[in-house]
Amino acid sequence: MTAQSVKWFWYASPQTFYPVAGVIARWCGAAATVLCAAGLYIGFFVAPTDAQQGEAYRIIFIHVPAAWMSMFIYVVMAFWAAIGLAFNTRLSHMMASALAPTGALLTFIALWTGSFWGRPTWGTWWAWDARLTSELILLFLYLGFMALQAAIDDRRRAERAGALLAIVGVVNVPIIYYSVQWWNTLHQGASVSLTRAPSMAATMLTGMLIMALAFWMYSIAVTLVRVRCLILENQ
Amino acid sequence: MLEAVDLACERGGRSLFRRLSFALRGGELLRVAGPNGSGKTSLLRILCGLLSPTAGAVRWEGTEIRRLREEYSKQLVYIGHAAAVKDDLTAAENVRIACMLAGRRVSPRQIQQALDAFELADLPVKRLSQGQRRRAALARLLLSQSLPLWLLDEPYAALDAAAGRLVEELIDGHVARGGAVVFTTHQDTRVRASRVIDLDA
Amino acid sequence: MLEAARCIVVRDLLVAWRRRSDVATALLFFVIVTSLFPLGIGAEPDLLRSIAPGVIWVAALLSCMLSLGRLFAADHADGTLEQLLLSAAPLGVIAAAKAFAHWLVAGLPLVLIAPLIALQYDLPAPLYPVLALSLLLGTPVLSLIGAIGAALTLGLRGGGVLLSLLVLPLFVPVLIMGAGSVDMAAAGLAPDGQLLLLGALLIVAAAFAPWAIAAALRISAE
Repeated sequence: MTAQSVKWFWYASPQTFYPVAGVIARWCGAAATVLCAAGLYIGFFVAPTDAQQGEAYRIIFIHVPAAWMSMFIYVVMAFWAAIGLAFNTRLSHMMASALAPTGALLTFIALWTGSFWGRPTWGTWWAWDARLTSELILLFLYLGFMALQAAIDDRRRAERAGALLAIVGVVNVPIIYYSVQWWNTLHQGASVSLTRAPSMAATMLTGMLIMALAFWMYSIAVTLVRVRCLILENQ
Repeated sequence: MLEAVDLACERGGRSLFRRLSFALRGGELLRVAGPNGSGKTSLLRILCGLLSPTAGAVRWEGTEIRRLREEYSKQLVYIGHAAAVKDDLTAAENVRIACMLAGRRVSPRQIQQALDAFELADLPVKRLSQGQRRRAALARLLLSQSLPLWLLDEPYAALDAAAGRLVEELIDGHVARGGAVVFTTHQDTRVRASRVIDLDA
Repeated sequence: MLEAARCIVVRDLLVAWRRRSDVATALLFFVIVTSLFPLGIGAEPDLLRSIAPGVIWVAALLSCMLSLGRLFAADHADGTLEQLLLSAAPLGVIAAAKAFAHWLVAGLPLVLIAPLIALQYDLPAPLYPVLALSLLLGTPVLSLIGAIGAALTLGLRGGGVLLSLLVLPLFVPVLIMGAGSVDMAAAGLAPDGQLLLLGALLIVAAAFAPWAIAAALRISAE
């Protein structure tokens, strides 16, 4: 075994990871606060008013980054699930379990803000738009994962069953996404879609990217705090 | 033949046994003893490959059973607590299916012989009594004599004296032919075990 | 290997035959659900004609899901599942055989009954073959994916409801393609694209689901 691989498995021990997680969580939490403030400032004060949608479009600075992160977190969750199944490390499973609530929350935020976006723009609180519908299904996938783990009493079976579900889910997510896209074009035709966002001024894109980064730092911080709780619970 | 190396088992947060090792050769009979809840069934399931041990490994002819999968399953018969018979099928159908799943073709005559030995009528299992159901499950043993390893969990449970004697004979015969048998039991049995593992210790 | 698969299919069919009423109840559910929609929405022929493919497909989904609970539960309860795990054939083959038997009992009858429901909804006759073909390609996928969920939720308290939460989101692509193909045909366009995609989903599910089902069974049986 090379020194490299020994080092990875050393961090895989919950005991050694616990303090490391604490340090990273603090730094990421700070970074998240700073980035969030910067992103919201750009979003609400610096970015220009949109010609078509007026001020209402500004919710995009929360909606789109939340949607991006919700999908990203699902992939990361499936990654840790796969590592957990392959190498039988408890910490990987804990990471996957810890990521799920944050992913679900961000999905919910994306849906909530998407609904707020739709209201002034279209007059309805909910539009069966391709992105919103995919996000809704993604929320069900997250909730299903959490429900399955909650329903199983035996820790080991709960972790492994959830892991398998996450992997099956991640394989299905692209399929679901593309079929919903197709479904949307079939049934909505030429109407303006929420996903066809106003043409991006550079500042708008910067604002969204900064918010995305802020959400990412937040997710890391919160997930690591949750992992620390799981480590303590399982001692 | 069968080797257990440093087995440990934890269920429901409790450690059932630790650092359990033994080696079993052909012609040996291993009895696992211990009170209820001491891990007898768990040990048997670990030996089958149904349960993963918390630590340690089980080896068959030197190779870990995890790697062997079906190759190992082909060599054994496992009869657990549950009768493992389908209520809606007859005893004969159940025995035939059990043999087919194990990869062995058996003729109707052989099945009938097995059922006769255990005094079972060819009725749907749901009409049989508890003891008869148990006998239907054990009827497989008569057709599994070529399989080297028998893992039996409480084989004498719910059996009357005659059936109990028949099972003892089968086990004795199998061991005499060079097979290995691991079984758990509460009851006193006349079968002399080559070795006893007491999980209470 | 094929021997064992054939043995399992025959066994499951035999058990289903001897418990005919259970099977019939699930099919009856399909018919009842499709009857509820006109009662809830109103019976205008144009409206019914346009919602027919969707309603039939959703009812098929729900009916399939109800019967999935039974797939492994009985085997788990009487101990035969353990024996399946210890059989001489690869567990993936056994899982595929069980899913196939489930489809024969719970999916194929839907394909045969659907034209009658389509009749009730006054679906134009040229659409019947498309509907039947879409169900023929889609219901096996439902059995295969649903079997993964059934294996994961084996013996759990939440039971059927938890299974639905896990499995319905995964059914969405099949639903969209299946109902979509009939909608395309109704609009006068060729449904080939959707039917081919359904076929592709079937092939992918048939190739990968058995191994996922086997892994799930091993996880649940520990």
